[in-house]
This record gives sequence, C-alpha cells and structure tokens, in this order.
Amino acid sequence: MSERGYSRRKWSNRVVLSLSGIAAGLAIMVLVLILGYTLVRGASALNLDFFTQGARPVGVAGGGMRNEIIGTLILVGLGSLFALPVGLLAGIFLAEFASPRTAASVRFAADILAGVPSIVVGVFVYAVVVRPLLSYSAFAGGVALAIIMIPIVARTAEESLRLVPSSMREAALALGITRWRAVLSVIVPGALTGILTGIMLAVARIAGETAPLLFTALGSFWGFRGLLQPIGALPLQIYNYALSPYADWQRQAWAAAFLLIMLVLAISILVRRLGSRRRA
Amino acid sequence: MLYNLIDNSIECKPKEYIAGLEDRKGILEVQNLSAWYGSFLAIKHISMTIKSQAITAIIGPSGCGKSTLIRCLNRMHEVSHRGRVEGCIFLDGKNICAGDTDPVAIRRRIGMVFQKPTPFPTMSISDNVSAGLRLTRLWSQRKELQEVVEHSLRRAALWDEVKDKLGESGASLSGGQQQRLCIARALAVEPEIILLDEPCSALDPMATLKIEDLMRNLAENYTIVIVTHNMQQAARVSDMAAFLMMEEDKAGALVEYGPTSDLFTNPKDKRTEDYITGRFG
Repeated sequence: MSERGYSRRKWSNRVVLSLSGIAAGLAIMVLVLILGYTLVRGASALNLDFFTQGARPVGVAGGGMRNEIIGTLILVGLGSLFALPVGLLAGIFLAEFASPRTAASVRFAADILAGVPSIVVGVFVYAVVVRPLLSYSAFAGGVALAIIMIPIVARTAEESLRLVPSSMREAALALGITRWRAVLSVIVPGALTGILTGIMLAVARIAGETAPLLFTALGSFWGFRGLLQPIGALPLQIYNYALSPYADWQRQAWAAAFLLIMLVLAISILVRRLGSRRRA
Repeated sequence: MLYNLIDNSIECKPKEYIAGLEDRKGILEVQNLSAWYGSFLAIKHISMTIKSQAITAIIGPSGCGKSTLIRCLNRMHEVSHRGRVEGCIFLDGKNICAGDTDPVAIRRRIGMVFQKPTPFPTMSISDNVSAGLRLTRLWSQRKELQEVVEHSLRRAALWDEVKDKLGESGASLSGGQQQRLCIARALAVEPEIILLDEPCSALDPMATLKIEDLMRNLAENYTIVIVTHNMQQAARVSDMAAFLMMEEDKAGALVEYGPTSDLFTNPKDKRTEDYITGRFG
C-alpha cells in the first residue's frame, strides 16, 4: 500500500464525513427553525380566549378558535371512524389471509393510494360526496381524511402482524382454534402496540391535512351544526387567517400552527414511548 | 397463506380398524402418505399403523421428513407454505385427510407441541392453559375452567411450580416450564393423541428428563407420537420406533418400523443399523 494512496483515502474520508455531517445538521436545523419560529410567534398568541372563544368578525378584537379545535376533533374522529375498520381489516387480510400474489397486488394498491396527493383526494370526495349531497359537510371531510388514513393504517397493521412469529399461529391452530379466533385472540394482541403506533401516526398525519378539506369540509365561522353542514378545522383556519391582512388574525394563525405542531409532536413522543415498550 | 390442495386420487381403505372395538380408539393408520412443499416432495409413500396408548418415536437424520410426517398427522402440514399431501390417514376408521374433513375438528382430537416452546405471550399462565377451551367456545363457566387449568397443569407436572403465579405471563417461565405449559395447554382440550415435534431440543438435560417422565405417565391414557433426533431419547421413552431416511431423490421414506427394542437391538435394515450405531447422521 503506497503512502500517497493512503493519505488520499484518508482525505476523501474526511470530506465525505463532513459533507454528510453538514447535511444531517441542515435537516435538523430546518426542524429547529420551524419549531422555534412557531413557538416564538405562536405561543405568545396562545391564551384562554383562543380555546374558549369563537371567531369574531373583521375589526372586532379578540376571539379564538374554539370552533375550529372542535371541528378538527370531529373531522379526525369521523376519519378514524371510517378508516379504522377498513384499514385494520385490510391489514389483517394482507398479513393473515391473502395468498402471496393477492397480498402483493393489494399492498401495491395501498402504497399507491398512500402516495396520491391529498388535493386529489379532496377533489375526488368533492365529486362523489359533496356534489350528490349538494353541500360541503363534515361528513365529506371525514371521508376525505379516511381515504388518506386507510393505507397508512392497513400497511402498519400488516407490518406489525407479520412480526408476530408464525410459531404463534401454528400453536393456536394446533389447539383446534379456527383461523379467525386465532387471529383475533392470539395474533392481534401480540401486534397491538405496533398497530396502535400506526393508528396514532395516521391520526397525526390527518390532523394536519388542509388540502383534502378545502372542498369537502370547506370551513365555517360557526361551530358544529350537524354532520351534513360545513365545518371549520385548524389547518383550514390557519390557511384563511394567515392569508388575511389583519394582524389579529395572523397572530391567531400562528397560535393555531403552534397548537397543531404541539399536537403532532405529542403524538410522535407517545409513539416512541409505545415503541420502546414493545422492545423492552 | 392457507393452501388446501388435498389430492385423494389414490384410493385407500382402513385395513386394521374394526368398527365397534373400543381398544382400537386412538389408532392412527397412515397409508401411502406423500407430502409436498410446492413441487418439492418431502416424504413419500409412508405407511404405518400407530398404536394407541403407546409412545411412537420417529427418528432419522435431519432433513428426512420427520417433522413433515408428524405435521401431516393433524393436518398442520397444509398450514405451511404451499403444503400438500396425498394418501390417507385414518383415525378410528375415518380418513382425516379427506377434503371434507374439518382440520379444526381434527386438531382438537390430535394435539401438538412444537420444538420451541410457544406460550402465548399476551396471556397469563392460566389463560394459556385454558386458551384452547376458551377460544373454541367449548367452555364458558369460569369456575370449571379453573378446575381444568389445575387438572391440566397437574398432569403436565407443572402445578406445584406455578400455582402461586397463575396470573403472570407465560413468557416469565423457564424454557422447560414453558414447554410443560404448552403440554398442559394441549392436554386441556382433552385430545386423544398428542404429537410432540422435538419437544426437548431446546431444553437442558434436567428439563428433558422431566418431559420424558411426563410422556411415560401420559402414555397410559394417550397415544403419543414424538419426533426426536436424539436416539437415546427414542430408546428411553418409546414403545415403537420408525426410522426415516432421505433417499436419492431427497424425499424421506420409511426404512423400518417396529418395536423400539427390536429396532435398536436387532435392526432388519442395514441403513437402520448404520444410523443407530452412529456410522452417519
């Protein structure tokens, strides 16, 4: 080995190492900047009124996003209500019952669905739900969020079910337990933390979605007035308020952004907790 | 994942079963049994009659199809990826390989314990034992269920070690205890036949000894089939022994089957002699 070749390799090693270090630093810096800036601008705008007051007309000071917070909860709840049964059963089908070929094509379809731009999901739901019902509605918003949620829930449920050793399946079947019973009582409990993790990640994802709500839930200045009426949501109101020329509304948009980020952050931390418990 | 491609093109009839004879209960008659994984033939043309209330050992070098054979006996082979069988297995004169036989019903009568202990990790010790009954809805009375749990654990010689911690997870037990827990779990559903697929290969000698004692006791009431790669174990515990070997086409075939003492002291086949004297395998 020549001395020169060695020193060149040592140098290229240093260059690549520092480049990848800088790249990692940049990635983290973006997160820190977003968190920091929303914290500075949002936390100061957060007060009790923000949680307890509805929106006020232009020019009237004060007001808050009580209606939008409730709206987001209702929309996420509706989305989960529609998506969880479908997603979980699809995940169970993929992991436990489908033949390898069927599973491969269903999995491929789910991955494509997960990659569909959320605005396209919104337009689709506008065409098949909003138009026939002749109204923007909380229901339509829930459907749009559910479509985004289903592939995430199905794929994470499938992955966690596959982690349960096949010896557990065989042990259950060898006791004379039917396949469905074995899945429900032995396999699913074994994969529960993984499945819950997937559900929470999906909830975190849809809680922040704006595009699919634009032509489905539409947004509303009033509170909840029925499932077939338009409803407000935090991300929609951030969009509306942030674009407005009024300083007070912009301030509230920052507060709402801060609240959303905190929500997603809290869910992520919870997910990590669950994950580490599974490993323990 | 479930493949159910059972070909019954080969006609077979139970030979030794005579209807109405009580002492015939628990006899398994294997006739011309072949098993595949996809296109790979794992065992071929195996015929043997497994005696009731006795321990039958299946021995042979690795890869000879011992586990495949035992998994065919309670229709677990078809759970394997692309598993398929041909031929017949008669239990009390009824072909359990027939397409219209419910594998779930067969597995209730023919229990199985695997190589690695498989307690259900999300269930307590007592729930593990009663799992078969609870999940097949054969039982619902909680009090009676507790009696079954105690009875099964006693028969599996585990009761004294776990009676104070029935609520703890089955995974908290030692390997040998876990295996006896799995035996208790299999016993709780009152099977007629118990299949053991190398039950001691993951255990230390003391735990192995306990399982062997247990098998001897159970043989008074049950038909037991055990796969083992340990010839000393087969010689110690079994009444009958079957020697399987892989032939040139890589498929396992039954070389010799008979009383264990004959097979070990006076083998009829040269290959059996070579194997038990340790020339190969």
